[in-house]
Amino acid sequence: MAANPKPDTRLLAALASGAKLSKLQLAGLALALAGALALPWFVSDYRTFQYTLAIIYAVAVLGLNILTGYNGQFSLGHGAFYAIGAYTAAIMMEQGGMAYYWTIPAAGLACLVAGFLFGLPALRLEGLYLALATFALSVATPQLLKYNAIAPWTGGVQGVTIIKPDPPFGLPVSQDQWLYYFSLAVMLVMFVCAWNLLRGRTGRALKAIRDNPIAASAMGVNTALYKSLTFGVSALYTGVAGALGAIAIQFVAPDSFNFFLSVTFLVGVVIGGLASIPGAVFGGVVIVFIPNFAEQVSKAAPWAIYGMFLILFMYFMPTGIWGFIRLLYARFTRRRRAG
Amino acid sequence: MKFHKRLLVGAAAAAFALGAGTAGAAKMYGPGVTDTEIKIGHINPYSGPASAYGTIGKGIAAYWKMVNDKGGINGRKIDFISLDDGYSPPKTVEQARKLVEQEQVLLIFQSLGTPTNTAIHKYMNAKKTPQLFVATGAGKWGDPKHFPWTMGWQPPYPAEAKVYAAYLLKNKPNAKVGILYQNDDYGKDYLHGFIAGLGSKAKKMVVAQESYEVTDPTIDSQIIKLKDSGADTFFNITTPKFAAQAIRKAYDSGWKPLQFLNNVSQSVGGVLKPAGLDKSVGLITAVYIKEATDPQWQNDEDMKAWNAWMDKYLPGADKTSSFYTYAYAVGYTMEQVLKGAGDNLTRKNIMKVASHLKHLKVPLLLPGVDVNTSPTDFYPIQCEQLSKFDGEKWQRFGNVICPK
Amino acid sequence: MDLFLQQTFAGLAFGGIYACVALAVVMIYQATDHLNFAQGEMAMFSTYIAYTLLHHGVPYWWAFLLAMAISFVGGVLVERIIVRPVEGTGVLNEVIVFIGLLAIFNSMAGWIWEYTIKPFPSPFPKHVPFGITFVGPHDFGVIGITLVVLAAVFLFFRFTPIGLAMRAAAQNPDSARLVGIRVGWMLALGWGLAAAIGAVAGMMVAPIVFLEPNMMGGILLYGFAGALLGGISNPVGAVAGGFMVGVLENLVGTYVPFIGSELKLSVALVLIVSVLVFRPSGLFGYVVVKRV
Repeated sequence: MAANPKPDTRLLAALASGAKLSKLQLAGLALALAGALALPWFVSDYRTFQYTLAIIYAVAVLGLNILTGYNGQFSLGHGAFYAIGAYTAAIMMEQGGMAYYWTIPAAGLACLVAGFLFGLPALRLEGLYLALATFALSVATPQLLKYNAIAPWTGGVQGVTIIKPDPPFGLPVSQDQWLYYFSLAVMLVMFVCAWNLLRGRTGRALKAIRDNPIAASAMGVNTALYKSLTFGVSALYTGVAGALGAIAIQFVAPDSFNFFLSVTFLVGVVIGGLASIPGAVFGGVVIVFIPNFAEQVSKAAPWAIYGMFLILFMYFMPTGIWGFIRLLYARFTRRRRAG
Repeated sequence: MKFHKRLLVGAAAAAFALGAGTAGAAKMYGPGVTDTEIKIGHINPYSGPASAYGTIGKGIAAYWKMVNDKGGINGRKIDFISLDDGYSPPKTVEQARKLVEQEQVLLIFQSLGTPTNTAIHKYMNAKKTPQLFVATGAGKWGDPKHFPWTMGWQPPYPAEAKVYAAYLLKNKPNAKVGILYQNDDYGKDYLHGFIAGLGSKAKKMVVAQESYEVTDPTIDSQIIKLKDSGADTFFNITTPKFAAQAIRKAYDSGWKPLQFLNNVSQSVGGVLKPAGLDKSVGLITAVYIKEATDPQWQNDEDMKAWNAWMDKYLPGADKTSSFYTYAYAVGYTMEQVLKGAGDNLTRKNIMKVASHLKHLKVPLLLPGVDVNTSPTDFYPIQCEQLSKFDGEKWQRFGNVICPK
Repeated sequence: MDLFLQQTFAGLAFGGIYACVALAVVMIYQATDHLNFAQGEMAMFSTYIAYTLLHHGVPYWWAFLLAMAISFVGGVLVERIIVRPVEGTGVLNEVIVFIGLLAIFNSMAGWIWEYTIKPFPSPFPKHVPFGITFVGPHDFGVIGITLVVLAAVFLFFRFTPIGLAMRAAAQNPDSARLVGIRVGWMLALGWGLAAAIGAVAGMMVAPIVFLEPNMMGGILLYGFAGALLGGISNPVGAVAGGFMVGVLENLVGTYVPFIGSELKLSVALVLIVSVLVFRPSGLFGYVVVKRV
């Protein structure tokens, strides 16, 4: 594979160097947060549910983005970690009778271990070969989930149905609203952690490995450890998303975790914006809403429309939605300064 | 029912007369119903790897177009909202919620697939919204006690498998059976039904079981293993592409077992012809619906009507696809339920009508196969007839069997 | 023993298909330095074009050549019109475009030709000479055609100036441009050739698995695996890899206890990946030395 993409994200460079957010950026962040908090009160439960899904996918996309965007490792297999997270949650709730919130850390932990273990041999593989190994992982996932020997837990081909949680403390919100806030809270925690992780020493090491692994190891970065740890952390994010997804959908089955799920995550990463944290949010939104939009355009061949969307996105926003926004912002401030 | 249909089809005036007849009772409308319109939801994969089933959605949409062109049902046009879920359960949940909560449909009709319908099973029942005539033959859709809002349509897979088992026990009690099944809920439903049907003899009779994944390019290797197991009987639980491969490979490898083919893949035009008609001679299957390419139905009235409908509403479409006959028959069933509900179009009444169908004759179903339901029987079609392929058509034999 | 032989030959026969797809993969990789995820769907589309030609009464081999030619032009056009604008904006951007292409071709094929499986004729005689029964006539033909294509690809890259120019353009576009190679057209040419080889693969696959829009899905995965296992920089290796994957898959499903058909795909993939862990450039690939 040719040189890795080098997204020019000055905001991120600023964040990574530990700089403080500017006033404008802080204001934008506060506005976005306020909007997110108010959202469920202005839209129907169904829409709230859709945004919950977008939030969940955003966490998964961020996970993949840490690996692919920041560390330059490809993965076409993150659907597998999403599945592990989802099944962990489903089995804990259905068989163990545990509360839904306990499943989130458990799913994250399970995926951290799984990701780290997968990352170890994957160390030897680069570019295409890593793509193949992860591709293989996602293709094999449904088959493994159906395997007879673990069917007593996984429900085999039938999957597991779980019950939607009620809001606690008698809060005056609907189940969907509660789930939205719960997912939003998890997402915020995950995003802040990612921000913390990526702006310091670790983030620099990851990017150094991405941009020039040999130079990075020459400078004393433990490439092997960082790479497999990144795999683990990335899987952790996706696993947490998987657990949230299982709770929101109330059902897990092998057919939910096919190869196209992994591809969808990758689409979310690139269209949202490679190597950017806010980009993941757009990625999540794109994953939920673009197929619906494609379907409205054409019933006969919605996939063709979807494909055209992907291509057009890449033409007009090669740095993703977040890159595009930043570009607009840069133009705007430049003009203002010039004027 | 037949009488009402003629009335309506005959003249618009007749429809008004019928409307007047029931006008005495107060009109009761559920969500999605007005004096001029009934909203029906539908979920089907139009994108992704299972998009082949999109054909059914196209067929049903064309059916409602015909109904609307004829003046609708009791004067109400059908607003058919069909959404794409790509055969992915999470998307099905999203689309079902869109239909029920946002579009406010009266009911969801013919949502397709076992995992996808399982994902919305609880939701639909919690919302007390009919999930009618789902497009899957899994055994679990006829459970009115726990899921009074969900009903299947086609014969359940396990029941069909039991028909084959019974045939074997009677005619070939010492058979050595090799089974090829798709490794998912559909395949396992058949497999378990078949083994249950053989009862205590299953252990002795089933000598080999092989599975395949839908992503597998071929099943040649599995057929070789089944042949090698010494089986003299082959139960083929596969979807059309793999069924055609299996029939051909079994023939080409010189294995000459007695073959049972699940009715999912019994299409002459879509499976047997690609596999080779000469290679399909002797196959046994259980039939409940007529096949468009089968010459024995050439002069059949229903088939003529179906052909006219295809020519008018789906010009150029592939008539060998059994999905279009299926869509026509299931569309008719739904139409009759809506008709039967008259002006009392609440969700509750729809389920009441749907669960009181008595000997409803549905076009394109085999002679002797009709639709029957009761509040404790949510399996509309249960009767099937064994048929043997003679190189040209399915030759029915024996009685119509209606397992209980 | 009989079972072993049968499974091995069945594996070899299908391995021929994988090998053919693997060759198309190598072709595009040699020419553009990328893998094209839409390659399988493009091959499927080409096969439908051949199917339509046959349907209109064109004799088989003419349809075969015409489909190849149309695919070649189609491949060039896809590169020039669709892939061009994103070239150089990053590997992942191109991957997304490939995924978009995959969706478009798949959906369009279903839209135009519908999803019912269609029989596709085999050009080879009905019977295998010398009374061989392990392998069917079409399987024999596939292996033969694969070897012919392999020879052509090998000779093309090794002995023609244009083949050399293509490799140069793919591996080092900047230097290639400096020595006067028209890099853009080389890429387009590579796409065209890969599409033509894909068309051959599609026309060889279709008689076995039947023609339908999703026909290439699983096969492309095995083709990739074969190409990478054998070494993507080496056409001979890729073909060998394709055959090995075919045989491996069948033998794993037959002989590894407790696995059976249920997990054979997973196990075969694990084996392939483990080989790659120990030989990261594939069994017959060239190790690329990196400079800092």
